[in-house]
Amino acid sequence: MAGRLTLYIFLAPVLLWLFLLIVLPHIDLFFISLQAENDMGDMVWSLSNYEAFFTEKIYWLTFLRTAVYAILTTILTFLITFPIAFYITKVVSLRVSGFFTILLLVPFWVSELVRIYGWMILLRESGVFNHYLMQLGLIDKPIEMLYNDISMIMGLVYTSMLFMVVPLISSLEGLDDGLIEAAYDLGASKIVIIWKIVIPYIMPGITSGSIVVFMLTLGNYLTPNLMGGKNSLWFTEQIYNQFIASFNWNQGAAFGFLLLILSTLIIWIGLKVTRQNLSRALS
Amino acid sequence: MIRSLPTGRFYRFGYTAYVSLFYLFLFSPLVITCILAFNDSNFPGLPWEGFTLDWFFADEEHRTGIFHDDRNLNATWISLQTAVAVAFLSLIIGTMAAFLFEQEQFRFKQALFFLALTPLVIPGVILGISLLLASNSAGLFFENNLGIDFEILRPSFGLVVLGQMSFISTFVMLVVSARLKKFDTSLEDAALNLGATRPQVIRYITIPYLKPALIGAGSVAFLMSFENFNTTLFLVGSDTTLPISLYLQVRDGSTPLINAISFVLIISTSVLALVNLLVSQKKID
Amino acid sequence: MPNDLEVENLVRNFAAFRAVDNVNFEVEQGSFFSILGPSGCGKTTLLRMIAGFLEPNSGDIRIRNESVLGVPPNLRPVNLIFQHLSLFPMMDVKENISFGLKRRKIAQPEVDKKVNSILQRVGLPDYGTKKINQLSGGQKQRVAIARALVLEPSILLLDEPLGALDLKLREQMKIELKKLQQDVGTTFVYITHDQSEALVMSDQVAVMNKGAFEQIDTPKNLYTHPGTGFIASFIGENNEFDAQVTSTDPFKVKLDLGHEYFARAMTPLAEGANCKLYIRPESIVINPPTDEKINTFKVVVKNVLFDGANTKLLALIENTSREIMTALPQDKRFDYIKPGDKLDVGVFIDACTCY
Repeated sequence: MAGRLTLYIFLAPVLLWLFLLIVLPHIDLFFISLQAENDMGDMVWSLSNYEAFFTEKIYWLTFLRTAVYAILTTILTFLITFPIAFYITKVVSLRVSGFFTILLLVPFWVSELVRIYGWMILLRESGVFNHYLMQLGLIDKPIEMLYNDISMIMGLVYTSMLFMVVPLISSLEGLDDGLIEAAYDLGASKIVIIWKIVIPYIMPGITSGSIVVFMLTLGNYLTPNLMGGKNSLWFTEQIYNQFIASFNWNQGAAFGFLLLILSTLIIWIGLKVTRQNLSRALS
Repeated sequence: MIRSLPTGRFYRFGYTAYVSLFYLFLFSPLVITCILAFNDSNFPGLPWEGFTLDWFFADEEHRTGIFHDDRNLNATWISLQTAVAVAFLSLIIGTMAAFLFEQEQFRFKQALFFLALTPLVIPGVILGISLLLASNSAGLFFENNLGIDFEILRPSFGLVVLGQMSFISTFVMLVVSARLKKFDTSLEDAALNLGATRPQVIRYITIPYLKPALIGAGSVAFLMSFENFNTTLFLVGSDTTLPISLYLQVRDGSTPLINAISFVLIISTSVLALVNLLVSQKKID
Repeated sequence: MPNDLEVENLVRNFAAFRAVDNVNFEVEQGSFFSILGPSGCGKTTLLRMIAGFLEPNSGDIRIRNESVLGVPPNLRPVNLIFQHLSLFPMMDVKENISFGLKRRKIAQPEVDKKVNSILQRVGLPDYGTKKINQLSGGQKQRVAIARALVLEPSILLLDEPLGALDLKLREQMKIELKKLQQDVGTTFVYITHDQSEALVMSDQVAVMNKGAFEQIDTPKNLYTHPGTGFIASFIGENNEFDAQVTSTDPFKVKLDLGHEYFARAMTPLAEGANCKLYIRPESIVINPPTDEKINTFKVVVKNVLFDGANTKLLALIENTSREIMTALPQDKRFDYIKPGDKLDVGVFIDACTCY
C-alpha cells in the first residue's frame, strides 16, 4: 500500500537518527558510568563513580552551585528581556518594531565565543573599561572585573537572552491589545495588568524560554570557563576534566549522567508547576 | 503602557532609557571587538595606536594577518565543511521527521515525537560525551569481534558531523513542522485528485510551499554547526573546528588576530542573518 | 431628562487626515444612542475619544456636565465593550466580572453579591465558574456587558460587539441588548456599520460619513425623511437615478432616460440643477390607481427574487436597460407575475425624493 510505504520512508531515517545518535549513546553513557577499574585493573560493575561524587565535597558542591546559578541566570534573563520583548511588541510604533526585532536578533547569530571574547576585552584588567576609568581618574590602578561570579552570571545571561526573548515576543504578539485596554478601562493599574493579564497569558512562552535558557546555561562550558576564570567551578568543567585531563571516562560518564538527571528533573518540575507539556513548550 | 494608552512622561522616559541601555549592553562587546581589529597594537586593547590592516593582510614574523594564518584558515575550512555536511544531513532528517509527525499516523507517535524533542533539552556536553563513549564502545566491539577498524568511530570529522546533526535535526524539524502545520492539505488532495502520485505531490506542491522554511532552517543549521562548541569539544579529532581553535587561542592569551577573525565572523553572520530574516519574513507572510 | 453625554465641536486628526470633523451631539440619560456609518468613517476614533484612549485635537467631551478631557480611561465613568469583547481567557466568568470591582478595592462579600446579581440580570446565574472558552458567542457577549455594567458606569460604550456573531444569533442579540438596556437603564452609546442594528435598538441614531455627522434623528425619521442623499442610499434600499430639475413649481425632474417625474426636493434645488432621484422599492405600487399625485411608467419583469416577506421584483424600465427594484407583497394578488410580463407601476410623488 502506497500510504504505508511513505510512512516507512519517513520513519526509517528518523528511527536511525533517534536510536543510533540519542538513545543508544545515552544507554551506553549509563552503563559506562556504572563501571570502574578494580584493583587488578579490570573493568567491573561498580557504583564507585557515584560514590565518589557524593563523598568528594568539591564534586557535589560544584553540582549544586551550577544548578543554583543556572536557575538564577534563567530568572535574571527573564527579568531583563521581558521589558524589551514588551517594548518591541506593544510599545514602540509598528513601523520600527520590525527594525528593533532584527537589531535584537542579529548579535545572537554571532558565535558565542566571539561575544564572550568581546566581554573579555571590555572587562579584563588591561581592558577597555579599566582604560577609561583610569583616564577619567576614577581609579588609580586597574581592577580585575573578569573572573568572578558576577561577570560569569552576566556572561551567561548575555549569551542566553535570545532564547528567552524570542518565545516572549512570539507569545506577546498573540496577546490582543484589547485585553490590556479592557483591563485598563476596568480600572487596573500597570502592575495589575502585567501581573494578572500579561504574565498569565504569555506563561507558555515564559516556560519554553526558561527551559531552553536553563538547559543551555547548565550545559555551558565556554562562558564559565572564560569569564569565571580558574575558580568558576562549573559542573561541565568537571566533566571535561574527567574526560580530557584525568582520562577517567567512567567517572566523567557518571557526572554526565547526573547532569542529565538534574536538567531533566528541573525541567520536569518547571513544566509541572506551570502546567505545560514539553511538546507544547518547544513547538 | 501600550501604544493606545496614555502614559506619564517620567515613565516613558525611564522605559526608553532602559531599552537604550539594553541595546548598548547588547552591542558594546561586538562593536569594541570590531574596532580593536584595526588597532595598530600587538595587544587587543586601548590605547588606540593608529589604524592598521595588518591583522588582516600582514605576513611577517611577529604579525600574521588572518589571510596568512594557516592554523585558523585551516580551522575555518574544516568548520565550513562540517557546517555544509551538517546542514545538508539535518535538513533531510529534520524534514522527514516533520512529515512523519505532521502527516503520518502510527502507533507510539506521541512517544517518538517526545523522543525527537529531547535533543533540545539535553545539554550539548552530554550529547558529546555520550556519542564519544558509544562510538568508542562500538569501535572496540568491531575491532575485537570483526577485526575491522572504522575510522568514523574515532574522534574525527565524521563524528563531529553526527554529533551536531543529532540535535540540529530537531531544530530543522520544528521549523519545518511549524510551516507544515499551516499548510492547507486540501491542496495536496486536489493534486492527488488531478492524477498526481504521492511523490509527485510532495515534489510539486509541498516542497515548493516549504521552501522558505527549508531555506531558513538550512541557514540556521549551517550557523549552529559552524559555531558549535559544547558538543564538538568532545568529538573533535586532530582537525579542530574554528570555535575550538579560537577557544584554545583565547584561553592562552589573545592577539588582535582574534579580533580580526571575530570581525569577519560578525560581519558575515550579520549579513547572513539579515538576508535570512528578510527572506523568511517576506515569503512566510 | 438631563444629558449624560455632550460632545462639542470635536476634531481629531491623524497626520493630515481628519478622522473626526467637528462633531456635535448630546445623549439623553437612559437612552440608546447609535452612531452608524460605513467602515473608515471615523466612528471608532470618536468612540475611543469618549472612552479616553485617544485625546481630541480640539472640542470638548462632557459626561454628566463635567469635561473629561485629560482624564485617563480608567478614571472616566464610562466603560467600553470591545469589538472582540476582550474577555480575559485566563480567568473564569466570575473573575472576569469581579476584575474591575477588585481594582476598586471593594470587599469580597460585596464583590460576590454584585457579581451574582449582575449575572442574574444578564441571564447567566450559574455561569460564574465557567471558563471563557466554554461559553457560546451570545454568552460571551453577556459576560462582557456584565463585566462593564457591574461597575455602574454613567455610559456604556459598545464598539460593534455583534459583528463577530453569526446572523441568527445577531438578530437575537439585537433584541436582547435592547431589552437589557431598558432593564438596567444605563445610557448606551453604540457604534455599528449595520443599519439594522442601529434602527432596531436605538432611540436616536447619528449617521456618520467621512468624519462628520450627516443627521441625528430617530430611526423612523432617518428612514422616512433622510436628510441627505448619502443617508437615502445608505439606510434601507433605494433605487437611485441621475436627474435634472426641469421646473421648481411644481417640482419636476427629468431622468437621464428621458422620462419626466413629479418629485419632492429635499434640499434647495434650482431649475436646471443636476440631482439624484431616490425611489424606495416598497413605495412602488403595481397596477396603480389613477391619481394625479402618482408618477406612472411601464416596466418589463426580469426576475422574481423570492425572499419571503422581503420578496422583490427586478424589472427593466420599458425600452431601456435600466434596472429598478420593486417590492412584491406576498398577499397572493401578484402571484401571476412571471419574468417577461409587462406591468404598469406607479409611485406617489411624495416618495420620489431628490437631493
